[in-house]
Amino acid sequence: MALNNTVIQILYLVASALFILSLRWMSSPATARRGLFAGEIGMVLAIGGTLLHSGILTYRWIAIGLVLGTIIGVPLGKVAMTAVPQRTALSHAFGALCVTLVGTAHYYLGLQEGGLPKFTMGVLCAEVILGSLTFTGSLMAAGKLQEVLPQRPITYKGQNFVNLGLLAVSIILAVLLVIDPSRSHLFPFIIGIPLAFGIFMIIPIGGADMPTVISLLNSYAGLSAAAMGFVLDSKLLIIAGALDGSSGFILSVIMSKAMNRSFTNVLFGAFGQVAPAATGKGEEKTVRSATAEEAAGILAAANKVVIVPGYGMAVAQAQHKVREMYDVLTKKGVDVTFAIHPVAGRMPGHMNVLLAEADVPYDKLKEMDDANSDFPQTDVALIIGANDVTNPAARTDQSSPIYGMPILDVDKARTVMVIKRGMSPGFAGIDNPLYYFDKTLMLFGDAKGFVGDIVRELSGGHGH
Amino acid sequence: MPDITNSLFVFMLAGFIGFEVIRRVSPLLHTPLMSITNALDAIAVVGAIVLAGHGHSQLAHILGTIAIVAATANIVGGFIITDRMLKMFKLSRTQK
Repeated sequence: MALNNTVIQILYLVASALFILSLRWMSSPATARRGLFAGEIGMVLAIGGTLLHSGILTYRWIAIGLVLGTIIGVPLGKVAMTAVPQRTALSHAFGALCVTLVGTAHYYLGLQEGGLPKFTMGVLCAEVILGSLTFTGSLMAAGKLQEVLPQRPITYKGQNFVNLGLLAVSIILAVLLVIDPSRSHLFPFIIGIPLAFGIFMIIPIGGADMPTVISLLNSYAGLSAAAMGFVLDSKLLIIAGALDGSSGFILSVIMSKAMNRSFTNVLFGAFGQVAPAATGKGEEKTVRSATAEEAAGILAAANKVVIVPGYGMAVAQAQHKVREMYDVLTKKGVDVTFAIHPVAGRMPGHMNVLLAEADVPYDKLKEMDDANSDFPQTDVALIIGANDVTNPAARTDQSSPIYGMPILDVDKARTVMVIKRGMSPGFAGIDNPLYYFDKTLMLFGDAKGFVGDIVRELSGGHGH
Repeated sequence: MPDITNSLFVFMLAGFIGFEVIRRVSPLLHTPLMSITNALDAIAVVGAIVLAGHGHSQLAHILGTIAIVAATANIVGGFIITDRMLKMFKLSRTQK
């Protein structure tokens, strides 16, 4: 039995090392697939080791669980790339569900077996509270991303008070449980109240804030798994949970910086409160618009074109047409790159994955800082389905709700073209002065259709 | 009785390693990064397995089995989708 246990621990040790290597190799696309492989091996070793566990008396339920999970997991792995944000949110919910259930069972079993030590009870409470709020929070996020639920942020008076109140009550109950773990009548509440909190937490959040929220939920899911590791005294779980927790944490910091939100703002989940700007409706501002033919002519005559994709490109499923345009222009000798804002899309890195899927080489995808040093030498900045991340008001207008947010300096390019359905403001409800610049051409229409028209014009023999 | 300080040390070290490692990940790969950490985080399945295989408690069987289903779905789905994503990232072909 002791030997058995040593073998398990060694397998766990190797698995932990492989997990760390796996993330290490994720740092660059050249080694990322090796990283994935390391992660898979680590997972197989860990699960294999666990099956040797001497405490396991029956394999029936385990087998059922593994088979059912695989049946559900395969389609979840095969969703369309545009659905990846909601899939990710859903998988945070699954992870949190697992942790919450195990924590719950552990509590009641611990009671039957003669009580739980205080430290164990403390981390168990953390596990269950984090797990429950991540579960409903992630389901809500997935629902909003899938557009089953309204995407607009819903706010009401005293919202933060209600939310923080719920959280405070669950923490107080947790403390009471730690003081005396046998108060089992309290236990359902430290599941139920965080479940409600998870829902309320996401209600005020709008689609544009989703990258931050998903990262934050990722972090919570990791921390709850680490807490479970403390309860079970499993170093493997603590390590995996800490890795996931810090990953989510770093991503949410990057995202919040990219939206110029304070960090406390992120930690308390109180985003999405950008009040709709009161745009002076009386002002008569003129915009210049252009047809696909004119746009194609300008693009073909350019030396350097930077394309700025946003969530609108994903919604219109325009990424493949965009790649066709990229191909045609590149063949004509135009230098085409893509400028990706960190919060473009609905989750970190969303645009990169969509463009990579459409076969755009990843060395053409530029981060914000690199792109911004390119814009002054750029002939045409072509914005497809992005809005707030290009709004110069963030640099100049102190009264703007997005003032201070780092943006892509598209206005430094010689000509700016914006593909947009109409003149409606962006997600945050903020007017974009970029559209009224003399150098800006508005290309009104559906992103996919308009880019398709440009491609047709470009390849239609309007030779130069 | 779990060894508290040991666990805390492990958590602290793993947290720092996580920080240093993840900081280096290119923003290009943030979506696959999140998918793979999701799959790795589902290592919680080991807790669920021990629970579901646990003696005679009906509660342990039911909750453990559901937990295994949820975690396994994350492992399988997470690895598949990360693999699909990483396959798509290609460099531009050498000068045309």
